[in-house]
Amino acid sequence: MDILVTHNITKRFANHVALNGVSISVPQQSIYGLLGPNGAGKTTLIRIINMITGPDEGEVLLNGEKLRQNHIEQIGYLPEERGLYKKMKVGEQALYLAQLKGLSRADAMKKLKYWFEKFEIAGWWNRKVEELSKGMQQKIQFIVTVLHEPKLLIFDEPFSGFDPINANIIKDEIIRLKENGATIIFSTHNMSSVEELCDDIALINKSNKILEGKVKEIKDTYKDNVYQVELTGYNHELKHQLNGDFIIEQEAHADDILTANIKIRNGKSTNEMIQALMQFGNVHAIREIIPTMNDIFIAKVNNDTLKYNSATNLTE
Amino acid sequence: MKKTLIIIKREYLSRVKKRSFIVMTILGPILMASLMIVPFFISKWGEDTKNIDVVDETGIYVDHLTSNKSVQFNYLPTNIKTAKDNLIKSGSYCLLYIPKPTLTDSNSALLYYSNKQPGISVTSYVHEKMKYVLENKMLHDKYGLDKKDIESVKTTIDLKMENVQTGENSSPELTMMIGLFAGILIYISIFMFGSQVMRGVIEEKTSRIIEVIVSSVKPFQLLMGKITGIALVGLTQFMLWIVLTLGIVTVFQASVFTATKKNVSTEQKGINVQQHTLMTNTIDKSTPKDEDTEMMNSVMHSVGSYNYVMIILMFLFFFLFGYLLYGALFAAIGSAVDNEADTQQFMLPITIPLILAFVLSQTIINNPQGPLAFWFSIIPLTSPIVMMIRLPFGVPTYELILSMGLLVLGFLGATWFAAKIYRTGILMYGKKVSYKELWKWLKY
Repeated sequence: MDILVTHNITKRFANHVALNGVSISVPQQSIYGLLGPNGAGKTTLIRIINMITGPDEGEVLLNGEKLRQNHIEQIGYLPEERGLYKKMKVGEQALYLAQLKGLSRADAMKKLKYWFEKFEIAGWWNRKVEELSKGMQQKIQFIVTVLHEPKLLIFDEPFSGFDPINANIIKDEIIRLKENGATIIFSTHNMSSVEELCDDIALINKSNKILEGKVKEIKDTYKDNVYQVELTGYNHELKHQLNGDFIIEQEAHADDILTANIKIRNGKSTNEMIQALMQFGNVHAIREIIPTMNDIFIAKVNNDTLKYNSATNLTE
Repeated sequence: MKKTLIIIKREYLSRVKKRSFIVMTILGPILMASLMIVPFFISKWGEDTKNIDVVDETGIYVDHLTSNKSVQFNYLPTNIKTAKDNLIKSGSYCLLYIPKPTLTDSNSALLYYSNKQPGISVTSYVHEKMKYVLENKMLHDKYGLDKKDIESVKTTIDLKMENVQTGENSSPELTMMIGLFAGILIYISIFMFGSQVMRGVIEEKTSRIIEVIVSSVKPFQLLMGKITGIALVGLTQFMLWIVLTLGIVTVFQASVFTATKKNVSTEQKGINVQQHTLMTNTIDKSTPKDEDTEMMNSVMHSVGSYNYVMIILMFLFFFLFGYLLYGALFAAIGSAVDNEADTQQFMLPITIPLILAFVLSQTIINNPQGPLAFWFSIIPLTSPIVMMIRLPFGVPTYELILSMGLLVLGFLGATWFAAKIYRTGILMYGKKVSYKELWKWLKY
């Protein structure tokens, strides 16, 4: 069951099209990555889902219902451009924002207490926001976003402004929220956090969706049947004697170890490759080269063939 | 609606709790009450008598310059040199020297001073008195007349006004004052509270809280919540001002009344009671010499002859809707810019009608029923100020209703216009917005 579906969303501004017939489906209780270069239209799509702006064409369905103003209380949104009233006290401000999300004052108070204790920031309650560091403000914003226990959470670059320790705290919270039943849409440029967290992704480029699916499936479609093998005690004739089913794309020698990226062709199996390699040396290690999300992102956005990043690139 | 109330509450409380609000609320009534009370005291306080030594070589002025309470002429028989030398020792304020007329210079005089330069009140008094003496002498020499003869034929016409329907009589000065005061107060408060709206919008934009809020409420709710909250701040301030001012004046009036009753001093206080505002029939006849009480009563009575409740209610109406209209426009400006410095280019079209109304106030007072006054008090952008100026002079009911109705319509129109600009503008960053751009936003 998909909690959120957008159908052919089109949004035009005065002199450009921000979204061109974008359809995405976000499965229930998943972490859904919304990816794309700057200016691709991600924020516009997120704003449409939050009913901050309306689409020119297309519709948004939340739990199968057309999006209405009172659905807003089931959504929690942490925008990329976020801030707080600087002159207002932390507690007062958190209460205010929680009440705007439809919580009663007493309810908001109870929940805020829980979160403030959890994040060990209870002492900040009466401090003015301007006295807090950026990371501290981000924590408060995170709390305010999740406080009303929305079914759908939208985080736009949630880790910006956090040090690694606090980023991990937030990351754990996001995973915990998902385990408790929430669905999370997650927009970021940080591909390693996408690999770590996301179950599904959509890639938007130049106002169009160019890729959508489960992270694992996407990676599987983009892998190229290339394996990285390490041989010791190898024969230098290897390169010339290996038949056409196995192509060495790259190789490197170090400390009597040959590392090679070998592409398997003509439907041969890995076992057959190992058998072939065994004639030339000891197979020390073998692993499949799976493209990272970063590689796929760059290849798709540049409309280019896949290039492996430096971790698996042997010539650099 | 519930969320709009939450917003109104925040906007209201965050401003009312500010120190500047509390200071203004206390200072305002003190200033206004002192506007009524201070002139009363000033008339009582005599100035120090300033001694002016006179050395007159012409002999025309000797014993003819009339002294008053504050200026006392002393004629010295000595020559100018000794008089000058004695000036510092004698402690006189200054020394007037009138030399013998020469061929080229007939009517000149010289004022010597030691440490303090004589003030304008003294020099003009001296000038006036010398002129009087000389003119008097010339009249006498040429026509055998006296200045007093001329004075005796001068007459003053006392023009009173009375409304045939209500029998109320009023003084044009006071009518003018009330209208002008109310008009200026509306002018100032529209600017003051309107720019508070604008700054509030800019604050939300620059602190980037705006997107967090508009993901919970509609931009229009936030806009209306802010404008309404600040309107309530303004109304609170005015209510407190009115109540506190009346309180101070009443307490003062009561204390003056009891004090003067006890005090049987018959000292001539030289108070210049404006005769045409004096309604002696209400004055306590038991103390006929108590001019303090008399004056206070007369002022209070003529103030009371206006329909004060009506004027205050109209003031609150025109302030409220004038502010709402302009507040919406100010909010639109705030949403279109990134910081206060960029507001200048958009401020002009909004401030022009306000300033125009203000500048024209004199013309409107001179002819409160003329076509200029009529049109400017009907057009919503200027009506809050101009109508308040006209109101004490009496405005036909249908004109008042027309003006109020159009103002409400103007407010609705301005809000519609502002909401369109606002909802696009608040999410627009780092872009210098032009009028052309704003026009596009209207059509989104």
